[in-house]
Parts: sequence; structure tokens; C-alpha cells
Amino acid sequence: MNRSDTSKVHADARSALADVRSGVTIMSGGFGLCGIAENCIDALAQMDVNDLTVISNNVGNSGRGLVKLLRRRQISRAICTYVGGNPDLEQQMLAGQIEVTLIPQGTFSERIRAAGLGIRGFYTPTGFGTVVAEGKEVRMFDKPCLLELPLGADFAIIKAQRGDTYGNLWFKEAARNFSPLMAMAARTTVVEVEELVEPGGIRPEDVHLPGIFVQRIFQGKDYKNEIEILKVVD
Amino acid sequence: MIGRVIGFFHRGCSVNLGIGLPTLVAEMVPAELDLVIQSENGVLGMSGRPRRGQESPTLINAGKETISVRPGASFFDSSLSFGMIRGGHIDFCVLGGMEVDVEGSLANWMVPGQKITGMGGAMDLVHGAKHVIVVMTHFAKNGQAKLVERCVLPLTGVAVVHTVVTDLGVFFPRDRRFQVHALASGVGLEDLEIPRDLLRAPEQLQGGS
Repeated sequence: MNRSDTSKVHADARSALADVRSGVTIMSGGFGLCGIAENCIDALAQMDVNDLTVISNNVGNSGRGLVKLLRRRQISRAICTYVGGNPDLEQQMLAGQIEVTLIPQGTFSERIRAAGLGIRGFYTPTGFGTVVAEGKEVRMFDKPCLLELPLGADFAIIKAQRGDTYGNLWFKEAARNFSPLMAMAARTTVVEVEELVEPGGIRPEDVHLPGIFVQRIFQGKDYKNEIEILKVVD
Repeated sequence: MIGRVIGFFHRGCSVNLGIGLPTLVAEMVPAELDLVIQSENGVLGMSGRPRRGQESPTLINAGKETISVRPGASFFDSSLSFGMIRGGHIDFCVLGGMEVDVEGSLANWMVPGQKITGMGGAMDLVHGAKHVIVVMTHFAKNGQAKLVERCVLPLTGVAVVHTVVTDLGVFFPRDRRFQVHALASGVGLEDLEIPRDLLRAPEQLQGGS
């Protein structure tokens, strides 16, 4: 494959994340362990970076994924929606070892989308009358609504099934979740793919996220693609 | 309980199912109801468990369990998923609960100092779905009824619940009381451990069992 004409393609996670420093904010795609950027997470766990702010729905789960960074105490602040299923995070939270901000999932995803798409704020009924409303402007529409502001980041680490060297992405099944939104909302979006293809390798009508939102892309390796809770019929 | 919940659905309606008890609905619902089940992680047209060997790590529900999809299903990102919910396009949502009060306020995501699960999508769902059903055991582990005059746990939403289904009955929070819609067989009003002045029951349910 001739990659000399592209500037987005990196050799591996280490190369694509080389300028990540302590104290930065990182968004991480995936729902539980579904669709997480395994190579990027492993690379960060081997780097000498800490005091990270991580924006992720679950911040890992079942001892895996971003829990690797949690256990190495690389994360100082987590912004997420759900900690059930992540005992490491719940434990650090109850012990006051990590600052956790919980956001309703629809507001979380829309704030991220807003950051990527230039929306300066929006009103939603979600969270009215709850702790989520504390300190927020309330405006009356058909019912009272809260003003919510964009949520962006320095970096996003994203996994897609297929990507081309321009950064156009195609996600498999339900692995899309927050990933295209986070890719839009970060200053530097790093994508790992199971299949890196030349432009044209994804039909234009099948592109889930246009490459303009992607700064770096690399061919990932050794995917575990773990199933968290196996439920089957025999 | 699950049968009672299913009884509210009409043919072809769209339903979001919460984590825990509500996921049982997907497994028990009769095929002829033709339900369109939404999972907020980005699936519309969810079906039951996959056959062994057919499971996929990228095909899960919001409880992170492997699922299958039916013909006509679609996948999308989380913003579209919650837009679908917030925009009023989902007919029913079924959630678990820790407390529901007479105003229809719900608490289901945190017990201060003890247990934090986070609200996940629950706060969005209760404001978006056309009909909000809470399914929960009638009594908490400490023996107190979970249907209360006023929630004391951190709220998920204010005045959002339409229907509560417990192992003892079906209730509608309405006009600052619980209207008793149905009781499980052998259950009388006195078994509910809800103050009598917070209940409104039709004549035929008042005589006990």
C-alpha cells in the first residue's frame, strides 16, 4: 500500500499518541467494552502520562478497557454517565481518589456533538429538578429545560472497523455509539481500525464519519473484542 | 410483573428497555406483538439472545449483553439514539426503580454514600418516552415499600412516571395518590404498606382478597 501521499497515517498507537502530555483531556469512544480503542488504551497505559481527564461513557468496565489507566492512577477526573459494572471506578469514586462528573447519557452525547458542530448550547428537559440541574440556567418551554453547554477535548481515541487513509470511517453494528461524535469534538482525533484501506475502499454512501474529522489513523492489531456479558440460546 | 408490563403494549409499538428486570421483557414478549425494541447504545429492532456461535462483540444492548436483531433493524450513533428518545418517537420505556412517589417522581441511580450506578440514559428516557413504566420489587431490601409519598433518594426525574408495576400490583401516580389499577392474586390493599390516604382504589379492589 502506498501511503506516501497521506499525512494522517501512523504506524501504530505509540506514534499516533506521541504528543499526549499529562493533564490533557481525552475522549474515549465505546459503550462498555464494545468499540473501544484497545491499542490506544494499551499505549497510554505504557506512557508516562497522568492527571488525565477522561470523557467516556463507562471509563472501562469489568476490570478492562480504560480500567487499565484507572488502576495505574493515570486518571484524575472522569466525565461519564454510568459506573455500574465498573467496580474500580465506583471504589475510587467513593474513596474520593478521583473526581467524577456524572452526566445523563443523552445530554452527554448531545454536548459532545454540539462541541464538534459549533453549537454553543441547547436546552433540554433532561435532569430538571435533579442534582444535574444545579447551577444551570432554567428556561420555560412546554416544560422547564436546562441550558447545556458543549463538551470538547484535546484528544479523542476512537476505534472503527474500517477506515481509509483520508480518515473516512465505517463502524460495525452497534460499535458506533459515541465514537463519531467524539471524533468531531476533539482537537486531535486518533483512530485505530481493524482494516485500513485506500480511498475508495469505503463507498461514499457508506461512510459513517467523513475523514475531515480525523487527524490520525493507524492499522490496529491484536484485537480482543471482548464480550462483557455473553447471553445465548443453545 | 413482566406479563403485566407486556399487557400495556400495542402491536408494533416502540419500546426502550432498561438494565436489569426490564431486559426480561425482550425475552418474554410474544412475537405476534411485533415490538420494535430500541436500545439506547444505538440499536432499533433488537431481538432476543443470539444462537450460540452467532454472538458478536459489537452487537450488544445497553446492559452490555449480547443480542440479535430482527430484519428491518438499524444501527446509529448515541446522539441520534437519544434524539429519537428525547424527540418523543419512542412509545414506551421500561425502567427499574428504587423509589417512586405520588407525583410520579422517580429515583433509581444512586444511594448516597452506599451505591452509585450513575443515571446512564434514564434521565433522558423519562422525559422522552410517551409512556414511562417503572418495574420494581414492591419492597426494598430493608422492607420499606418503594412507593412513597415523597422520594428521598436523588431524583432521576420529577413527575415523569405514568405506571408502576410491582410484584404486588399495578399503580398510576395521579393527583398526589397512587391509583390502584390491579393487585396480584391474594394481595389486599393492606399488604401494600402504603398509607391508605395515598391510595385510590376502585370498589372491587377495596375488600382485600
